[in-house]
Amino acid sequence: MKQDVDKLIAGAFSGDESSLGCLLTMVENDDASVSRILEAVSSKLGRAYRIGITGSPGSGKSTLIDKLVAAMRSKGLTVGVICVDPSSPITGGAVLGDRIRMEQHYSDDGVFIRSMASRGSYGGISKAVGAAVDIFDASGKDVVVIETVGIGQEGIDITKIVDTTLLVLAPGWGDSMQLMKAGVLEVADIIVINKADLGGDGLADSIREILALSTRKSAPPVIQTQAFNNIGIDDLYRELENRRNEHHHKAKER
Amino acid sequence: MSKPIKVLIAKPGLDGHDRGAITLAMGLRDEGMEVIYTGLRQTAENIVRTCSQEYVDVLGLSLLSGGHNYYFPKIIDLLKENGMGHVLVLAGGIIPNEDRKSLKEKGIKEIFGPGTPISEIADFIRKNIKGEDS
Ligand SMILES: Nc1nc2c(ncn2[C@@H]2O[C@H](COP(=O)(O)OP(=O)(O)O)[C@@H](O)[C@H]2O)c(=O)[nH]1
Ligand SMILES: [Mg+2]
Repeated sequence: MKQDVDKLIAGAFSGDESSLGCLLTMVENDDASVSRILEAVSSKLGRAYRIGITGSPGSGKSTLIDKLVAAMRSKGLTVGVICVDPSSPITGGAVLGDRIRMEQHYSDDGVFIRSMASRGSYGGISKAVGAAVDIFDASGKDVVVIETVGIGQEGIDITKIVDTTLLVLAPGWGDSMQLMKAGVLEVADIIVINKADLGGDGLADSIREILALSTRKSAPPVIQTQAFNNIGIDDLYRELENRRNEHHHKAKER
Repeated sequence: MSKPIKVLIAKPGLDGHDRGAITLAMGLRDEGMEVIYTGLRQTAENIVRTCSQEYVDVLGLSLLSGGHNYYFPKIIDLLKENGMGHVLVLAGGIIPNEDRKSLKEKGIKEIFGPGTPISEIADFIRKNIKGEDS
């Protein structure tokens, strides 16, 4: 990149969106200036509450984020959203289609939405995503939301860089055997059954049974939502808000 | 690893159809690009904001219903105002010959008529992105 990285950093911290966008691209591309960026970011970290949202494809994660962001905005919180979609292993290309569910926020200065392709390895992208989250944090966002796809290792990876992990499932997806294999069930802080309009009780029961058999110390709440009808969002938001308050409490003690 | 080219496909104006835009998005993905599609009926301001946030290399504008003489120059100006003047802007759709010259002078790099093979568009993009930045 030809731009002066210090100027970009200053721009990003003062709210210039193309500067912030450029920094995100630099960490994505593992640019030579990444260490300089991370150094500048490191002194401003620690304010943002980080939420990871993972789950099966099509379960409604992006729609849910759209509604949660609306709730956060109504409380005056600024939000950074990072949506990770898989790259094609064949061509390396990707269609990044999460943003389209969040149209109501396109013109809101308090919301910055960034799409990222996984570029082959989730292990690799988690480094870029981690840096991107830090950049959002340092640029003053109150909340950072990260969407990824997956209920196995890819989903677990994201838990390492967030404060709270939501696992989003939908009725009709999988059976008990698949649920048992869903590693994220063991680490998720909140389990969301979206598309409850299609009947979520059966899936909720299966999840509770499997959680009861697991070695987890405390079972996470299981919350049913209908993202596109805006139902259950309040309950979910309240749960997140409690955790955000705890997070700030802890941050102060640190 | 080479860095994938990032493209935004946007539809300003009042068109009700996005089949063409979606076909193009999928075709460019198959050409190895990272493609964002934002949906129908976007304002110039929102399109440019998405360019900034996503920091795209290429903006493909698709417009079937007229209005290009209003939207396209406005988008070019807004890109420049917002520090995104380096974006390669392409247009597709039905654009009368008499408007092409002025749109190109304004900064639309190329105009592709309906039915242009996607490989041709992808080649044009690769040729015009390389050498500028990387
Ligand atoms: N029936 C039903 N469909 C929903 C609900 N929420 C979202 N959807 C639909 O599910 C599809 C996938 O949603 P999306 O948010 O893109 O899922 P993602 O792939 O997990 O991000 C879209 O067509 C949504 O409109 C819901 O509560 N009920
Ligand atoms: Mg999604």
